[in-house]
Amino acid sequence: MPVIIKEGRFIEDPFTDAGGAFVALDQYSAAVHDREAALTGIDVPADTDPQALAGLMNSVAAIRIAFPSFADGRGFSIARKLRRMGFNGLIRAKGHVLADQYPLAIRSGFDEVEIPNDQAGRMPQSQWREALARTQNNYLDRLKHRAA
Amino acid sequence: MYAYNEFDEAFVRERVRQFRGQVEKRIDGSLTEDEFKPLRLMNGLYLQLHAYMLRVAIPYGTLDSRKMRQLAMIAEKWDKGYGHLTTRQNIQFNWPKLKDVPEMLEALADVGMHAIQTSGNCVRNVTADHFAGAAADEIEDPRPTAELIRQWSTDHPEFQFLPRKFKIAITGAPNDRAVTKAHDIGIRMVRGGAGEPGYEIIVGGGLGRSPFIGKVLREFLPKAHLLPYLEAILQVYNLSGRRDNKYKARIKILVHETGLEEIRDAVEATFERVLEEFEFPSDLLTAEIAGHFEPPEFDNTQTLAFGEALEADPVLRAFVETNVAEHKNPAYGIVTISTKPVGGTPGDVTAGQMRVIADLAERYGHDEIRISHEQNAVLPHVRKADIPTVHAALKAVGLATANVGLVSDIIACPGMDYCALATARSIPVAQEISERFHALKLEHEIGELKIKISGCINACGHHHVGHIGILGLDKAGVENYQVTLGGDATETMALGERAGPGFAADELIPALERLILAYLQLRHSREETFLAAYRRLGAEPFQAALYPEKERHAA
Ligand code: SF4
Repeated sequence: MPVIIKEGRFIEDPFTDAGGAFVALDQYSAAVHDREAALTGIDVPADTDPQALAGLMNSVAAIRIAFPSFADGRGFSIARKLRRMGFNGLIRAKGHVLADQYPLAIRSGFDEVEIPNDQAGRMPQSQWREALARTQNNYLDRLKHRAA
Repeated sequence: MYAYNEFDEAFVRERVRQFRGQVEKRIDGSLTEDEFKPLRLMNGLYLQLHAYMLRVAIPYGTLDSRKMRQLAMIAEKWDKGYGHLTTRQNIQFNWPKLKDVPEMLEALADVGMHAIQTSGNCVRNVTADHFAGAAADEIEDPRPTAELIRQWSTDHPEFQFLPRKFKIAITGAPNDRAVTKAHDIGIRMVRGGAGEPGYEIIVGGGLGRSPFIGKVLREFLPKAHLLPYLEAILQVYNLSGRRDNKYKARIKILVHETGLEEIRDAVEATFERVLEEFEFPSDLLTAEIAGHFEPPEFDNTQTLAFGEALEADPVLRAFVETNVAEHKNPAYGIVTISTKPVGGTPGDVTAGQMRVIADLAERYGHDEIRISHEQNAVLPHVRKADIPTVHAALKAVGLATANVGLVSDIIACPGMDYCALATARSIPVAQEISERFHALKLEHEIGELKIKISGCINACGHHHVGHIGILGLDKAGVENYQVTLGGDATETMALGERAGPGFAADELIPALERLILAYLQLRHSREETFLAAYRRLGAEPFQAALYPEKERHAA
């Protein structure tokens, strides 16, 4: 069972618990017709061009972005770009995300992180909660706040 | 110069606190070296050939006496009494013990310094013209922009795990002393059609194993649009740069493989979107940050003493000729302090020397110090009347070598003496060259000549853009040195061309001697530099001097 981290806490998957399901991006069009948007999520690989998702942003409630390795930072740009394109649904990072990267994920537009169980064992909830505190007080927000 | 506000202070202290915990976990074994690696790299700590190495950021190469004295203290207390100035305006300590590093970072934070983003695949320490704010040819001081970029790029959420490291350089003068065309992004401050200030954005330059000269991505970018535009470039790079091969992961390869036009279209499209969300008022830049870079109050009184001292002292005269550059205020000069005495290690500065530099800056230099990418220190604002005193004080500690821009003002990477990646030595080669030409007493006769040496193909010694470039390789276990000719690191950037087969270590110095003596024969006049003569005559006569055997065989 993977672990979902939301607001610094380990929880069970609220999206699937509510009846939602993730469909791989390349199988999406076939599956979409009999599902309502609120219960539809798509899984996108790290090499996705966010522009290619422009057409389906209104028909899905969640986008789950793969992190094949913590060193692969494409997901941060995908999330940030999706937010800039106006996507207001759930964005989740899935895979090899470190607790130290959690603040970056949140600031890039992610709501949640999903990690495998064994990784959650090595990186307990306390590490994520501590990391969450670091989303405050960053240079970029500060520059923006002054940009009034 | 820029002074930390409460925010900067808190940010840096928090980073030190985090790192202290990580070091403790590493020492008690709860973190393996593999797990510790990305964490230490985020704080500038490398594992070298013999020891850890801490790379400290000197943002855009600007320091004051307080910071310099602290570096001296750190060198003495936790290292072997010296530091090493790098080609990216940083300073490295080569011998710290892991357990001491948190204390060192704490000591740095005490004077508003840090080692953040001096390693890792993120936007590195932004570099700038080392004569910024002082040079006679400057359009505008680039440092406020560099500081803005520092703040924007520090801990940027999107760009900490790029395909590869990312280097930005900026110049405010038409004579490019910041090597902007060999950076991932080079920025030149320019004026638009109506005289309004803006930037020219150059992208995709870089040395290393596949060298490229940067290309102009945007000829004129209004000042207020800089950060959104940089953000667009970085986003395109982060999403599209190659991650399958670390030698092909820099943006230069993306630009080369994709084509400049296509990259430009992608950047412009992204830029439009970014701009909607975030545009900076230009008064932010001018008012708050620029306030930290107000020029000092210059003392404009000129005296005859300077001219008289020059007249009387030939050693001072030679020093002024090579090491003092024109200041925008005619009563002042820009003094470059060479860290390259004959036979020394380029870039090494002892704690004692650091303190002398700090004292001189405080007393005679409006408390400003710069570090140049040529691994020298600079006092940017010295009254001409004080130059004789400054020179005498430098002489007393071995810092008055009059060789800036000359054959012994060599850029050399650490090479085999320190670097785990090296295939050959580079520091000893630099030492031999300077000793040889010193013995020949020809340095000043030869005039401007830039020799740059790298100890492996990664080209940290910038050999591609040396008038004479030297690349140390390993040929079946034996050091072999390849020579390139005609490189240029300035606004007329050119990559050197390989002259021919490499030289064994003991053949190299005689070959360079033949080469340079041939130049003296070939040049029109003293005014024609090595590079100019090479451009006029082409490679052939220089190759003939390097490889006389071949010449004879052909005849
Ligand atoms: S050029 Fe090679 S040897 Fe020299 S510092 Fe760079 S990686 Fe090390």
